[in-house]
Amino acid sequence: MDMVNVTIDGHKLQVPKSATVLTAAKTGGINVPSLCYHPELRPEGACRVCLVEVEGAKTLVASCVYPVNEGMIVHTNTPAVREARKTVVELLLANHPQDCLSCQRNTNCELQTMAADLGIRKVRFNGVKKNLPLDANNPALVRDQNKCILCGRCIKACSDRQGVDVYSFAKRGFDTIVTPAFEVGLEKSPCTYCGQCASVCPTAAIVEKDDTQSVWNALSDPTKHVIVQTAPATRVALGEALGMKSGSVVTGKMVASLRRIGFNKVFDTDFTADLTIMEEGHELLHRLQNGGTLPMITSCSPGWVNFIELQYPDLLPHLSTAKSPQQMFGALSKTYYAEKTGIDPMDIVSVSIMPCTAKKAEAVRPEFSTRGLQDVDFVLTTRELARMIKEAGIDFATVSAEEYDAPFGIGTGAGVIFGSSGGVMEAALRTVVEVVTGKELECIDFKEVRGLAGIKEAAVPVGDLTVKVAVANTLSNARIMMEKIRAGEADYQFIEIMACPGGCIGGGGQPVPVCEETRLNRIAAIYECDQSSQLRKSHENPAVKELYDTWLGKPLGEKSHHLLHTHYKEQIRC
Amino acid sequence: MKHIRSHVLVCGGTGCASSGSKKVMESLKQELELKGLESEVKIVETGCHGFCEMGPIMIIYPEGTFYCRVQPEDVPEIVDVHIYKGRIVNRLLYKEPISHEMIPNFEHMQFYKKQMRRILTNCGHINPEIIEEYIAVGGYAALGKALTEMKPEEVVAEVKKSGLRGRGGAGFPTGLKWEFARNAPGTQKYVVCNADEGDPGAFMDRSVLEGDPHRVLEGMAICGYAMGASEGYVYCRAEYPLAIKRLHIAIGQAMDMGLLGDNIFGSNFSFHIKVKEGAGAFVCGEETALLASIEGKRGTPRPRPPFPAISGLWGKPTNINNVETFANVPNVIVDGAEAYASVGTPKSKGTKVFALTGKINNTGLAEVPMGISMREIIYEIGGGIPDGKKFKAVQIGGPSGGCLPENMLDLQIDYESLIAAGAMMGSGGLVVMDETTCMVDVARFFLNFTQKESCGKCTPCREGTMRMLEILTRITEGQGREGDIELLESLAKNIKAASLCGLGQTAPNPVLSTLRYFRHEYEAHIRDKKCPAGACTKLSGYQITELCKGCGLCKKACPVEAITGEIKGQHVINQEKCIKCGACMAKCPFKAIIKG
Repeated sequence: MDMVNVTIDGHKLQVPKSATVLTAAKTGGINVPSLCYHPELRPEGACRVCLVEVEGAKTLVASCVYPVNEGMIVHTNTPAVREARKTVVELLLANHPQDCLSCQRNTNCELQTMAADLGIRKVRFNGVKKNLPLDANNPALVRDQNKCILCGRCIKACSDRQGVDVYSFAKRGFDTIVTPAFEVGLEKSPCTYCGQCASVCPTAAIVEKDDTQSVWNALSDPTKHVIVQTAPATRVALGEALGMKSGSVVTGKMVASLRRIGFNKVFDTDFTADLTIMEEGHELLHRLQNGGTLPMITSCSPGWVNFIELQYPDLLPHLSTAKSPQQMFGALSKTYYAEKTGIDPMDIVSVSIMPCTAKKAEAVRPEFSTRGLQDVDFVLTTRELARMIKEAGIDFATVSAEEYDAPFGIGTGAGVIFGSSGGVMEAALRTVVEVVTGKELECIDFKEVRGLAGIKEAAVPVGDLTVKVAVANTLSNARIMMEKIRAGEADYQFIEIMACPGGCIGGGGQPVPVCEETRLNRIAAIYECDQSSQLRKSHENPAVKELYDTWLGKPLGEKSHHLLHTHYKEQIRC
Repeated sequence: MKHIRSHVLVCGGTGCASSGSKKVMESLKQELELKGLESEVKIVETGCHGFCEMGPIMIIYPEGTFYCRVQPEDVPEIVDVHIYKGRIVNRLLYKEPISHEMIPNFEHMQFYKKQMRRILTNCGHINPEIIEEYIAVGGYAALGKALTEMKPEEVVAEVKKSGLRGRGGAGFPTGLKWEFARNAPGTQKYVVCNADEGDPGAFMDRSVLEGDPHRVLEGMAICGYAMGASEGYVYCRAEYPLAIKRLHIAIGQAMDMGLLGDNIFGSNFSFHIKVKEGAGAFVCGEETALLASIEGKRGTPRPRPPFPAISGLWGKPTNINNVETFANVPNVIVDGAEAYASVGTPKSKGTKVFALTGKINNTGLAEVPMGISMREIIYEIGGGIPDGKKFKAVQIGGPSGGCLPENMLDLQIDYESLIAAGAMMGSGGLVVMDETTCMVDVARFFLNFTQKESCGKCTPCREGTMRMLEILTRITEGQGREGDIELLESLAKNIKAASLCGLGQTAPNPVLSTLRYFRHEYEAHIRDKKCPAGACTKLSGYQITELCKGCGLCKKACPVEAITGEIKGQHVINQEKCIKCGACMAKCPFKAIIKG
């Protein structure tokens, strides 16, 4: 790598030629304060917080976009720099609701932290402020433009990372806003509700719709039997929002906390993840053996499902008809579980804890209701659960681990890896290969489909034939796959697609902030859960076996067909 | 051969067209036909003469008689008296504002006499829609010389040697800019002409494009040859429809004649020019915003580096100059760098076109040599301040510029001295202010402009200009507070230091320069709640003095019944009701009502 010599605050550093002043300073242990800059998104140099003095430059420069060059001398902490930075943040505060204490992002807001770090004690300006209505007509996300600091991260997350391009800047000057085209609400835009915008937003300008109060209400209603399911990826991220380091596995603590909060039963979405593998795996075999539409594509990521329904409706026949684990759980909770426990389905409240904002929208889809009852009543993101745990006064650090309730609390390692990109594929392969060959796999780790790469491919021998599979994460990569299919170049039988980077561990409902390191730690934790599981194949899940034996019959059977499968159709929004 | 004994030049520029020159031309045509003179008198529609206030302008050759404010009704008299009988129509001549002398020939008018018209030389004298007229006065000779006698690097060297600097505002050496773009790696390169003239009151680029479009095209082609570009764009604001129309005509004619297009003058050099219409954002005059706009993106600036010379339009090396800069280029090549540089100051060479407006007798475009004093422009070319009022300040450089007071009138105009004085060359707007102008209000006016034109991308400009405007507004409304001046200074300093592009970096200049030279006016507003110029309505009121005879006219004139008093008795204004319209003062026959 080409290196150059720079001097930053008196420290002589050798840094890559491609570095910016900001990244160069970081290598020297100097953290230049920044706000619109995000290490994973294209820098813009717009907020002007990361200003530094470069000797010879006419004005202060934005270090996040300013390239280094040989012999450059930089000062990051001069009186002029500090004053300009403070003025910039003060100007942002002057046009920001001063409601930190009651804000959803209180104590986890980059603007708040910046104001504190820079020692701003007074805002000298008290003029006009933005006064714009909330965008809250969708089940997943709430946008409060009054809290928007126009950093543009959401725009880039949506366009560069997700390739969906919902947001752009509109109007100009003081009236500048970030908005979907024609200033419609998200529900009228091609938004998939993936929530990646919310996970990069430095303030509370884009947040998950908070459903905690509805859940508290259900919990305090003595006539209701409130059950909860926890998605695989929540157990490796929840700890971050409660003071633990990323990659901490907090399954047992989460279960214990949910019980203390007052849920009657605490179940695991891993169970229905295993069930999904049974249904989806057999669906794949059915398609392979009967000339069905191939490649078949997974359908458990609701952001992805929205994406294909909105943008590639012609390819919907490729989508597996199996419901997502959340919705399989929901369907069973008000049928099988109600029957088994003798509780009137009307009295069952089914809650799910998800790493995902799109799951909120999935739960309210009309096809996911049985006899007029919504299968999953409330969806909380990992972030919302963390807030409930705090509100309930639970000391998460010291709470002792507890086990899930039976029967829906029993899951396998195959179920838990659903939380990471490639996990559904790996879980499916573990089952499909053994079902087809009737023999036990020697190695059940399909490492080529793991990890953060956007698109992963593998060729797996399944009995006599070789199945070519692909795994894509983020919607930009989903689009690449779709274009390949349209062009007839997708030489695969099975594709897993997840809307978020790294899969559900990087979901839009997970604790923030998140970066590549966080995602890698969460992935490692997921596979740690898998490794430590007694059972690591979905078809070996005893509760799943029992469900089929006593109630469902067989995978793809009639009851499964009614309860566990669905059909997706084109969405038209305007 | 047909003998034309007289040419009648009628200005068809935007200014004269809006004061009725098209109708003058029609009636001239009819009148000449009526008198049977159509074969001996030729009507020529020209571009702008730069003296738009006096429009519609008509010049009759060979005498060179300059008629101003000509209306269709005047045409029969002109044809009858001037063309038929050979006498001058005195009442339509220009009258010098100070000497009141009537000047028949425009070359003797003070407004033109002190000018040095190199860029505007053809404006008002040739028909811009006929390429032959441009060629007849030496047009495209520079391109011919460059392509047939000079190597590209020699062209760059010549422009460097001439000392030509960008006329768009910042004054970057043009030749150096060309050299950067020439040396940048890449085969596809672009030339872009910035015709997004946006400073309030400035219209020199429009006049050049309307009056002499080929000069700009020729400059662009020479630049393309020098830097190795085969494509050019003129980014012209859509509010200049006539300029755009004439650009298209000019490009078409030049293509037909092989002066643009492939293998120009039989050389290997090809150059094509497209016109891109801007959608009206002031910030698109900033080069990176302009490029984004051509690319079809939101017109917002981006941080530099990389500079456009390395990565510009579509990511390719691009050289951007403004209209006036390109218009200088043919002169540099034809006359040579030395001749070009013989005019001006050591660091600012050649001429500069200024747009004179405000409280000045002669408003219009004036091209003057660099180094001329402000006093010469305002008092000799501009004819001084009207109505015997006192000069107070001149705002130079548009919204990014600054206000200079009377003791700076002898300042030599060049890039460096203006910056040192707290103003800037900008695109060359000169707004003259007299004693009735409030300097706080002037600062507020310009801040209002930049605040509205901020693109909204970077925080200091988007939020900071709004806060400055709010403070200035409250000062002019009598709500100023102790500490406001310091707050303005702090904001101004940090907005300048922290903003992303030139717009934000210069937006506080009008405030800083008025604070520098007219701080006492701010203090009077804040502390005494008084506007010394009497311009801020919320701070000034009308009083009826003892000179009142009790005639009652003021009471009748008052639209809000704020005046009370009996006939023959002293009248009084109720200050709470008064809306400060001034109707009473205008009606009072005894000068008994004063403002203050």
